[in-house]
Amino acid sequence: MNRSPDLRVTLGPLEMKNPVMTASGTFGYGCEFESLVDLNLLGGIVVKGLSLKPMAGNPVPRIAETPAGMLNAIGLANIGVNEFIEKKLPWLRGIDTSVIVNIYGHSTDEYEDLAKAFKGVEGVAALEVNISCPNVEMGGMVFGKDPALSARVTERVVKNTDKPVIVKLTPNVTDIGALARAVEESGADIISLINTLTGMAIDIERRRPKLANVSGGLSGPAIKPVALYQVWQAVNSVKIPVIGIGGIIDYRDALEFLIAGAKAVQVGTANFVNPRATMDIIEGLKGYCIEKGIDDINRIIGSLNI
Amino acid sequence: MLRVNEGIDPLLRRPFSICGTTDGEIALILYKIAGHGTEILSGKKAGEKLSVMGPLGQGFTLPGQNEKAVLVAGGIGIAPLYFLACALKDNQMEFMSGFDTSGNIISPEKIAGRSINISIATDDGSEGYSGMVTGLLDEYLDKNIYEKDSIIIYACGPSAMLKKVSSIAACREIPCQVSMEALMACGLGACQGCAVKVFPQNDLTLYRHVCKDGPVFPAHIIDWGAI
Repeated sequence: MNRSPDLRVTLGPLEMKNPVMTASGTFGYGCEFESLVDLNLLGGIVVKGLSLKPMAGNPVPRIAETPAGMLNAIGLANIGVNEFIEKKLPWLRGIDTSVIVNIYGHSTDEYEDLAKAFKGVEGVAALEVNISCPNVEMGGMVFGKDPALSARVTERVVKNTDKPVIVKLTPNVTDIGALARAVEESGADIISLINTLTGMAIDIERRRPKLANVSGGLSGPAIKPVALYQVWQAVNSVKIPVIGIGGIIDYRDALEFLIAGAKAVQVGTANFVNPRATMDIIEGLKGYCIEKGIDDINRIIGSLNI
Repeated sequence: MLRVNEGIDPLLRRPFSICGTTDGEIALILYKIAGHGTEILSGKKAGEKLSVMGPLGQGFTLPGQNEKAVLVAGGIGIAPLYFLACALKDNQMEFMSGFDTSGNIISPEKIAGRSINISIATDDGSEGYSGMVTGLLDEYLDKNIYEKDSIIIYACGPSAMLKKVSSIAACREIPCQVSMEALMACGLGACQGCAVKVFPQNDLTLYRHVCKDGPVFPAHIIDWGAI
């Protein structure tokens, strides 16, 4: 069979041409990769997390390389929601992909205001609610570690938006299933996970943390097995679709998440190493389907044999 | 941005300056073994292929026709300045380069073949000027008569050296461009890992990115207190 397989996936109210998206914070606002990637091929672009007001981010050093991974403590440096809508979104509308806006608030009120800011705004396929950033003092993971607070934030966003709502979960919890269920019950349409794992690294010459922020979020291939297990747990805990994230470098990694039951995947740190990682993964998925005689990618999703 | 290995060890690409080109292609990159990545790089054999993404970011702004260029290098920071020197055909130029000791002097002109007169400073006095290259810069500026608007300093080297060069330039009101180094992941301005703190200009931005806005910056916009 040589016919191109059908890669379209439907995540509740969100339809995508294929299951491969970029992860927030690793792909800027899309334009940074324009000269290297045919953005029209991507299933979705999740832009850098946006706050109500611009944020400068954390002091430097902000990144440190670790075995098969990296730590970052960028601190959600971003241009703010108004400048995004005014300056970045018009350009993104011209791209044939699902543009997903990642939002981050310091309080439940701010999450609500961010949701409202995108009400009626065209060219935004969904909101991804970041309640899982480990690198900011207020908000972020403070909400995401607590099922009750996560539920409250989700509820406020859902009530104030006309877009599908994705809630991005932190892996830094004891019971990911409970968190996933809390978010589902509060009306989230989709769950995405995992955000980075909190970690640190020390410079032994200076006996100082390698990151100015002391701790940061670990990403890259090093976290993939942890991510995969948490995604699988989430898939088994909720009925809403799950997006798998964590250490995906190539199409084989993406397949593991799809087989575990993720309806789509996000590619993060790999974009730094190979800017065309997302395109390569889409091609790899096609090739895999053709080789296995599979005409629809949905036949792979959740096909894990235990 | 250069990938020293396929695979995930090390994971990230490494930023390098271009030291020389031949017919528009990168012909020379200089490095010193500073960690795992450069150690792997040192094991590469002639003819091996590496993945390179670039050129990226903003380079030096060339001097005006009658401006004199003073190039100040520290250690491996000589790489982009040698490339700059090769591009300065019609300008008067003074090139000085500092190293810790004579045994560690890097001479790109000997590799690239284009002879450029470079004054050497060594921290231990084993060759050339005895002391830091910033001392040699001070001495040069003391001894030579120049018009403030007819001279420009270009510097590349360790942060502490750039900070000193920037301060010398500021005191003497000489324009100065510095090529900075930072830990870097994407090279495209997307990850915002390689931020450098600046004095906000018109756009009120507190951080700029070495990969995209730099690596060359006007020295006076950098907040050296944060470095």
